[in-house]
Amino acid sequence: MAIQTQEMMLNMGPQHPSTHGVIRFVVKTDGEVMSEAIPDVGYLHRSIEKIGEICDFNGFMPYTDRADYLSAMNANQGYAMVVEKLMKIEVPRRAEYLRIIASEFNRIISHLLAVGALAMDVGAATPFLHALKEREKVNDLMEALCGQRLTYNYVRIGGVSYDMPPGFTEQSLSFLDKFEPIMQEFERLVSDNKIFVERVANVGAISREDAIAYNLVGPNLRASGVDWDLRRDMPYSIYPELDFKVCVGRGEKGTLGDCYDRYIVRIREILESVKILRQCFIQIPEGPTLADMPKSLKPPIGEAYVRTESSRGDIGYYLISDGSTHAFRLRIRTGSFTGMSIIQKISQGMMIADLVALIASLDVVAPEIDR
Amino acid sequence: MSFEELIQTLQGKFGAESLVTTTDRAGDPFVMVPAAKIVEILTFCRDDASLAFDCLSNLTGVDAPPDDAEVVYHLFSYSKKHSLTCKVRVPKSNPHVSSVEKIYPTANWQEREAFDLIGIIFDGHSDLRRIMLPEDWIGHPLRKDYKEAADYHGISTSRPSLLYPEKG
Repeated sequence: MAIQTQEMMLNMGPQHPSTHGVIRFVVKTDGEVMSEAIPDVGYLHRSIEKIGEICDFNGFMPYTDRADYLSAMNANQGYAMVVEKLMKIEVPRRAEYLRIIASEFNRIISHLLAVGALAMDVGAATPFLHALKEREKVNDLMEALCGQRLTYNYVRIGGVSYDMPPGFTEQSLSFLDKFEPIMQEFERLVSDNKIFVERVANVGAISREDAIAYNLVGPNLRASGVDWDLRRDMPYSIYPELDFKVCVGRGEKGTLGDCYDRYIVRIREILESVKILRQCFIQIPEGPTLADMPKSLKPPIGEAYVRTESSRGDIGYYLISDGSTHAFRLRIRTGSFTGMSIIQKISQGMMIADLVALIASLDVVAPEIDR
Repeated sequence: MSFEELIQTLQGKFGAESLVTTTDRAGDPFVMVPAAKIVEILTFCRDDASLAFDCLSNLTGVDAPPDDAEVVYHLFSYSKKHSLTCKVRVPKSNPHVSSVEKIYPTANWQEREAFDLIGIIFDGHSDLRRIMLPEDWIGHPLRKDYKEAADYHGISTSRPSLLYPEKG
């Protein structure tokens, strides 16, 4: 009797250890080879955009933390900047520096978790523990800065909530001094590890054209060979005063835009963030940390769209104001949402075990997809 | 290119009367485009060498009470580093806009979101299903006149407040 073969439909998630949150995939597979993996999102939808129409402008800030809890500082900053743009508020220079210090620290820990989780998802548990160990230390610094370890609510419209505590600069610099050698060790452990490289190189390659057409952003876009970073190419805040490199994927272990490129771009960005932080601590001026703000914020009638470079790339805030104390419409376009939408196309013809590597390398965060 | 130059290029191609700009608003300028022409205009924006809008950065559905809904397209060009905001306006009684999924694949999910939360129907979309909410959800929550149903499959959506019992 001949063996019957037919396409099988599998359900991956919503509760699955390697979907990075509550996401479901409908996987159509013929043996080990997938014909398609269809993402099904929305399990964490909290209608943050609707809440944005109900809260006043200052009251919405903590909700932006929840939109992307792994990179809350960057999400805070984008939201503050869109309101400031509409109201034409000048942010004090010290506050700008504090924002960048906070967001670059946030980028480091977000990327650490991304690369650690990628390594764990393809079978290496040790790098994840190393990454989390370092992440805890940054969390301590963040706690000293703003009292929170995950959802910071640190940025205010017009500045930041607190100045640095005494000794913060020394603590941070001493952390960075120890952190750089640890990153080199991490690289030695993972980046050239034959087993790891074979699991991620040539897997899930995204072409440059696809990356732009599907609006991939941030490290995922750069890994596909697009030399683009909002911090350098459309600079905001104090980025023009800082010297850093934009890391672009080169396909060094396989194809351009594969999972390895997305991994190595993040590793290099961590080191660039360290460079940025060192400059910030030298250059930070004295001064106030919050502009003179009116008690109730009423942006003029109009609209603004602001994009900032978050850990997961370009996060876009689109605010329409009708002149009242509440937003008329607030849209958050996140990197995870667009990153997720490409999976259906890229997964066609992939091995089923590689899907996990693809998801982890795109660094999607479920609350940021669903908002 | 600046906003004025972009508009001049577009008006040179499509005529001045169909592209309306508003200047009395704060913040970013935008251009209103007739809903029937959106596919044609965005195709031109993408393919014209001087515009080169290769990226649809954001697609937003907006409720515009009392009668209308809007779709906002934020275009961006990686090579030219310029951006443009286009809007189309359709009546909520017949909220049909042509899908731009074939021009910008990223519109697929973003249009699904606008369909789900605002209720705009994108003609020619390959897979227009709800994306955030369950398939059997009633209504479109981001509309200003949306009223939450009292229950969903027998699960109550409200509870008495401990602090303000009188509000129930």
